[in-house]
Amino acid sequence: MSAPAEILAESTPEPDYLSVESGIWSWLNTRDHKRIGVMFLATVTAMFLIGGCFALAMRTELLTPNRTIMDAMTYDRMFTLHGVTMVWLFLVPSIPASFGNFLLPLQIGARDLAFPKLNLMSFYTFVLGAVITFGGMMVGGTDTGWTFYAPYADSTPTDVVPVVVGIFILGMSSIFSGINFIATTHLMRARGLRWGNMPLFVWTIYATSVIMVLATPVLGMALALVGLDHALRLGIFDPAVGGDPVLFQHIFWFYSHPAVYIMILPGMGVISEVVTTFAHRRLSSYVAVAVSTLGIAFVGFLTWGHHMFVSGMSTFDAGVFGVMSMFVAIFSAIKVFTWTGTLYRGQILVRTPLIYFFGFLFLFVFGGMTGVALATQSLDVHWTDTYFVVAHFHFVMVGGSVTAFLAAAHLWFPKMFGRVYNERMGMLTATAVFIGFVLTFFPQFLLGNMGMPRRYYSYPPRFQFLHVLSTGGAWLLGGAVLLAIGNLVVALRWGARASANPWHSRGFEWLTPSPPPKHNFPVTPQLDFSPYDYSMTEEEARARAGAR
Amino acid sequence: MNLGLGPSRQAAVNELFRRVLFLPPQSSTMASEIDHLHYFVIATTIAGASMVGLLALYWVLKYRVREGLAPRSDPAPTSPAWLELMLAGSLLGLFCLWWLIGYMQYVRLRVSPKNTLDVYVTGKQWMWKFAYPDGQSSVASLYVPTGRPIRVLLTSRDVIHSFFVPDFRIKQDALPGRYTTAWFEVPEPGTHQVLCAEFCGTGHSVMRGQVVALDPSDYARWLAAGNSDRVVGSLGEDPRAPLGQVGGPSLAGPTNVEGASEEDFPPAQLVNLVRVGTQAAAQQGCLRCHTLDGTPHIGPTWAGLYLGRVPLTTGEVVTADEAYLTESMMDPLAKVHAGYAPVMPSYHGLLSPGETAAIVELIKDLRDVPGRTEPPAERTAEGPPPAAGAIGRAPQERPALPLRQAPGQGPMPPAVEQGLPPPGLQPNPPPVGTIEIAGPNGTRRTVPSAIPVQESKP
Amino acid sequence: MHAPELGEQFSDLEHQAAALRFGMWVFVVSEILLFAALFTLYAAYRTMFPSDFRAGVLHNTFAYGTANLFVLLTSGLTAALAVFGARTDRRVFTGVMLSTTAGLGLAFLAIKLTEYGKHIEEGSLPGPWYHYSELPTFGGNRFFTMYWGMTGFHALHLTAGVLVMGWMAVRAFQGRYTARYHVKLEMGSLYWALIDLMWIFLWPILYLS
Repeated sequence: MSAPAEILAESTPEPDYLSVESGIWSWLNTRDHKRIGVMFLATVTAMFLIGGCFALAMRTELLTPNRTIMDAMTYDRMFTLHGVTMVWLFLVPSIPASFGNFLLPLQIGARDLAFPKLNLMSFYTFVLGAVITFGGMMVGGTDTGWTFYAPYADSTPTDVVPVVVGIFILGMSSIFSGINFIATTHLMRARGLRWGNMPLFVWTIYATSVIMVLATPVLGMALALVGLDHALRLGIFDPAVGGDPVLFQHIFWFYSHPAVYIMILPGMGVISEVVTTFAHRRLSSYVAVAVSTLGIAFVGFLTWGHHMFVSGMSTFDAGVFGVMSMFVAIFSAIKVFTWTGTLYRGQILVRTPLIYFFGFLFLFVFGGMTGVALATQSLDVHWTDTYFVVAHFHFVMVGGSVTAFLAAAHLWFPKMFGRVYNERMGMLTATAVFIGFVLTFFPQFLLGNMGMPRRYYSYPPRFQFLHVLSTGGAWLLGGAVLLAIGNLVVALRWGARASANPWHSRGFEWLTPSPPPKHNFPVTPQLDFSPYDYSMTEEEARARAGAR
Repeated sequence: MNLGLGPSRQAAVNELFRRVLFLPPQSSTMASEIDHLHYFVIATTIAGASMVGLLALYWVLKYRVREGLAPRSDPAPTSPAWLELMLAGSLLGLFCLWWLIGYMQYVRLRVSPKNTLDVYVTGKQWMWKFAYPDGQSSVASLYVPTGRPIRVLLTSRDVIHSFFVPDFRIKQDALPGRYTTAWFEVPEPGTHQVLCAEFCGTGHSVMRGQVVALDPSDYARWLAAGNSDRVVGSLGEDPRAPLGQVGGPSLAGPTNVEGASEEDFPPAQLVNLVRVGTQAAAQQGCLRCHTLDGTPHIGPTWAGLYLGRVPLTTGEVVTADEAYLTESMMDPLAKVHAGYAPVMPSYHGLLSPGETAAIVELIKDLRDVPGRTEPPAERTAEGPPPAAGAIGRAPQERPALPLRQAPGQGPMPPAVEQGLPPPGLQPNPPPVGTIEIAGPNGTRRTVPSAIPVQESKP
Repeated sequence: MHAPELGEQFSDLEHQAAALRFGMWVFVVSEILLFAALFTLYAAYRTMFPSDFRAGVLHNTFAYGTANLFVLLTSGLTAALAVFGARTDRRVFTGVMLSTTAGLGLAFLAIKLTEYGKHIEEGSLPGPWYHYSELPTFGGNRFFTMYWGMTGFHALHLTAGVLVMGWMAVRAFQGRYTARYHVKLEMGSLYWALIDLMWIFLWPILYLS
């Protein structure tokens, strides 16, 4: 099977994965990680838009201090719908299940993930979980918020059981994907690909998968017990029969704090790829990013208590959780230094993903630093459960993860679909997303400072001015996101054909044609070099990968 | 944050920062200190984010290429390890400094000073209730004297609530089935909004209240009068009461509520908490085993118990503070007084939070009653005779384990059912402001909002 | 040339077996974390109600728990022997061992159900149904709620394990597991070992002290 190096990208005897088979069934029953990745991408994008609609409804309600368009119960359901949808149906699976699925095998030179059937099962498990979760919330009208705090979740007159069942199933989907990604990273790497040369996106997907596999079951158990509490009155977390509601918080945050890193780590991987691709140089420190990725995955398990500083925990515990939170922040800071340093003496091509990179850098630094501020206990006492916290995690989750998701969509769009989008429109929408975002969430920091608690349907009128600003920003942000996604959807059909490597990246995924053939690489590549080595030309890199 | 400025300049800088950051007035003794850390942290955050952003922007403009990427002749420079480590290390140092200051402040926020005035606070869907050791109780409005540390002992009757006073920079969850504490000291008279910060159901956002800080002489008058209205009325005219502060909550006193009549604000009930405690202790059967005068009996006497050293069966020694006393009622077998048989049943769910508070208050009242004696030694050896009887009797006396209660429909504490005014719990709170909510099946109902307060526009 | 059971993403059967084995280990770790949540709850409540938990443990019938321990440990041995049988290409031996494992699993469930019957009789039931008269405390309620939760969850896993074992026994008799390729049998056996292990931890905290 010795083939000349040129065939790797130039002449493609094999049809690409999109056209190799056609018909709806060929998609629904596919084992191809690329097709499953695309299906996940479509699903999570739909979830993102639905969750965004809930957010806009909420923001509109908050235009006035009292009733604007809905009553209190509907509002409570709305923020529960928004939280559950965005956390479990969008943020957790967003980058790993879509781009991770698509790119992980390509970036390590494999023909597919280790367990393609499990991968498809993960997709259908996700769909099932999504249907149950949504159906449960729509029919049962759950109003607990996405945190399901006991004993409120035990005693709410609304229905909690279907939602927690749905989330339990979504958790299984996460675990399946996690197992698949871990096994693939360990055992499916192409010849010559050392851990020290693995693309950073692979590193972050790997670390994310470790967190998924270790933390998700604990969440599953916590939610299963809350469901049992609600359905059977077991009272596991109900103080009326001797249960301890604070224990639920501990177990919940044991998952849900690491889950924050499930959401942000893949975004960090994307950003690492974007900055090297568009600065056209290697990272200023590969080791720093790889090591800090693992550091986050590890230390992230030891900080959950910082969500509970006012729950009555002992001051000693609070101190330990506080100082651990400071350590986990340092790993993110190291990454930020590295990305910024990578711009130094680069050959920088300003394209849409790089605009998103800027947005990410600024918002993530601000969001991250306010996170450190929140871990400073005496300040947290004032801020916790106020809009300051809301603003903080939206800076990290929307300013970080969603921005990275959009960056990934633009960076890999030509790879996935073989077309290019309208660059001018892309840059414009990226800028609008940034402005809309800042306008939405910056006022919320000030609201938190003023003492506006979260999950408030009606509020004292002194908060109104900032709420109106925030709502205006939210509509701008919503419009900008729609335009950005619309720009890509239009390009799916009408975009110009892309070359195999339009960004002149050295990433391994660009060694194959775009879109890739069904089995990714016509010849199993040999990847014994760095994916960030821009001192080689593209041709040299291809020749080296295809050489025996 | 001492910038080497004079006190007036420093106050001006403080005020500038406070307004720029939209912080509410600093109305407790801890507030301004916490705010100074706030300014430090936020200023650093903004500076850090801007520096990173600007540096990135500068490099992009400097190294930007239009088209035609040339292969590099050199592998691009990497940042040396010492630089990364130095940056990370100095940042960690900065973060740890924040943590250190913040942690010290946090410990001071959490550990209340001595000689506090204690107020028992009960959260309930959706109102705050306050019970004073002196016997007063009130709904939604907490009256405190200025210049004296106030400790609130928080609990909840249903789900988790959180007692949040933005002007004081304090917040503490109120948990069902246990007590948590927070404290504050208000230097100046004034009115400060209380908000619930933990989502607790449909009425969460209207579960508001207020802390009314009174000059000590006014507070004494309020106590003596036993009628909150009169004092509040005078507060409205009191020029010292800084109502309507800029940027902060501008609360008017309850008398200013539009449409609120005299009947809406019945005088706070004059109930002596110690007396209520005695009643509750008798009704609940506490006095069958515990004595109030130091006589030895099945259980430890309450005379002189408060803040005494209690030897446990495990060999440890604990102080009989509020936490221990409350725990001993809720979970008696967790820490058993050495020399006594572990026969006491749990009163969890049987005693209302108000009754628990009242009994604790009773025990505190008996602090100086002499005659607390160690239990007879022979009892330790053979166990008290009534033990077997007690253990057999307890299950019959107790109702079945209380099952979960639907919100807002919890059984009234026994005292209420018997027509006695429970401490701190008014059976029918005044239905001032209302909020319309949708029931689970599309029904609609009107529920009272807890706060009898109207606000002026900012 | 691809063997029929070889996925096209793998270069050879050894590679595939290694990946499957590795994936199963990751799954086992994930399962352990699932139980860990329950063990944490148990530990937390035991700290809150030490004497009631102690009384609950002493009340539990030591004989049932210990009998089940021996049943499960024996089944662990037979599950391991099944792998040994597959490695040495003994079709019938493998099938018999797998059937024995499934049978011992059923025996475990039978003993467990007898014990549950006793609990139902005396009223040591979870949550709101708890009316056990000798331990009428919140702690007693907590202990038996945890007891039912943990053993019930373990029993669910065990039932799944019995089904897997039965299915694998049929496949073994059909000669699907060869010395060259029997990684799925190893995976099933590993899962059974997990169930074993969980009981080894449950037994002391629910029956010993």
